[in-house]
Amino acid sequence: MIEFESVSKRFEDGTVAVEDFSFVLPSHKTTVFVGSSGCGKTTLLRMINRMIEPSSGRITIDGVDIAGRNKVELRRSIGYVLQAAGLLPHRKVVDNVATVPLLQGVSKTEARGRALDLLDTVGLDRALAKRYPRQLSGGQQQRVGVARALASDPNILLMDEPFGAVDPIVRADLQAELNRLQRELGKTIVFVTHDIDEAFLLADQVVIFRKGGIIAQAGTPAQILAEPADDFVASFIGADKGKRTLHLQQREGDEGLTLVVDGDGRPIGVLRDGTLEPEVPGP
Amino acid sequence: MDLILSALGWIFDPAHWESGSRSPLPIQDRLLEHLRYTAGSLVIAAAIALPLGFYIGHTGRGRQFVISFTGAMRALPTLGLLYFLLMVFGYWLSFDTAPIVGATISFVILAIPSMLAGAYAGLESVDRQTIDAARANGMTEWQILSRVEIPLALPLILGGLRAATLQVIATVTIASYAGLGGLGRIITSGIGLNDYDLILGGALLVTGLALFVDALFALAQRLTATPGLTENHPAARRRTIKRSPRPRAPENA
Ligand SMILES: Nc1ncnc2c1ncn2[C@@H]1O[C@H](COP(=O)(O)OP(=O)(O)OP(=O)(O)O)[C@@H](O)[C@H]1O
Ligand SMILES: [Mg+2]
Repeated sequence: MIEFESVSKRFEDGTVAVEDFSFVLPSHKTTVFVGSSGCGKTTLLRMINRMIEPSSGRITIDGVDIAGRNKVELRRSIGYVLQAAGLLPHRKVVDNVATVPLLQGVSKTEARGRALDLLDTVGLDRALAKRYPRQLSGGQQQRVGVARALASDPNILLMDEPFGAVDPIVRADLQAELNRLQRELGKTIVFVTHDIDEAFLLADQVVIFRKGGIIAQAGTPAQILAEPADDFVASFIGADKGKRTLHLQQREGDEGLTLVVDGDGRPIGVLRDGTLEPEVPGP
Repeated sequence: MDLILSALGWIFDPAHWESGSRSPLPIQDRLLEHLRYTAGSLVIAAAIALPLGFYIGHTGRGRQFVISFTGAMRALPTLGLLYFLLMVFGYWLSFDTAPIVGATISFVILAIPSMLAGAYAGLESVDRQTIDAARANGMTEWQILSRVEIPLALPLILGGLRAATLQVIATVTIASYAGLGGLGRIITSGIGLNDYDLILGGALLVTGLALFVDALFALAQRLTATPGLTENHPAARRRTIKRSPRPRAPENA
């Protein structure tokens, strides 16, 4: 469990990125931070591994104040995936994945062996292990970034717009993969994105931010979709345009098929056998 | 052309390599002195410039200082500095030590700007995202420097060392003005004796030495070329490294 207690961050130049933020991120769940650019999502995320220090307030992990923990140790115990992957260009893929275990003193053979297993885990061909990051596509680099973040088997995974720079098809792939991984691994994931659809897809809990790290609404995707807290949230999730409230419609001549239409009456699909999609089992 | 051939003949005359020959011979003694002064000055300069450059490049502190300071140092005429230092140290130190101390300091000051600029610019050129990721993965500052920044900056660091080495090799020639040895001694004697073989022969030796050492550096740069930074074509890598220290002609010109 990660808990923010009245956390604020004011940068040296006076910018207040986060103001009096209090929130609990439950263990083994995916919490997605979403909001427009500059609202403080990255700042919040980077305070969890002390890449940024809060100006006031405190952050605890399982009840322990992280301010009292050694920064380097803390960072090694938390996986971090960045938008640009941030791989070391002069190291082979396998050594990139093994970065943290090697820092922790695991032997080279063992760390590499584990790194190869992790390539399987994130759906990469082991043949890529000997390549350098430059020789991979953006999507492949991103997977290597995820594998590296998993290498020390951290309980917490921080992901800052990890799929922002890849094309929509690859992104959909990576999202599905992450959902599958999370079902297996049950990490405490903090995921930052601009993309509300991505948030709804991945999240157990979504936090929608206004400027200054102020929570506009927090809840499960269904709760937010069903009852947007205010106009800001409604417009952010697209509910104001009617694209989020769906109705069933039966038209003449359709021989019993049920259409699903959005708030504007635009057909967006058909209801399959009138049954609900079974809920994806949680971790 | 005749002059050069005659000077080459002088260089390759075995008699001039015989130990115990009359000053400024034998050639190998002067060559060794030349290399000794060069190496000594370079080691001292590197011990000052590299840590300073790494510190500034890593922390980003003191960038303005480096830029203005190295600029000013580059503008110092080494020969003038040498005479000045000889004068200063002449008061303090013995007749034997003043020249070597003064000359070494002059050469160190000559070598520092290139080395400092190479180290600092090398670290500066490393992608901030890469460093940020390394830090976020739990590398200590020292590990970031030694395992990420320096390896990635190596081409520029070596470029700085290479430039400094060539400058010093060429300039150590003036050590003879301080009454020291080195290949400059041959040239100075030649001027005194009005002997073109000595003057030109000495100059050719300095040039040959510089080219030889430069070739060694080229080799070292190829051998230590950071893998993964280019598309793994050694030829392409060599080309970019060789050309980068020089100003490039505008493309599409
Ligand atoms: N080092 C810094 N110094 C000063 N201001 C900063 C610094 N880092 C971030 N900020 C400011 O803090 C605010 C929040 O930044 P942050 O990076 O957390 O936003 P974000 O929600 O992640 O945005 P994006 O979606 O564009 O990544 C912004 O106004 C930004 O300009
Ligand atoms: Mg951000």
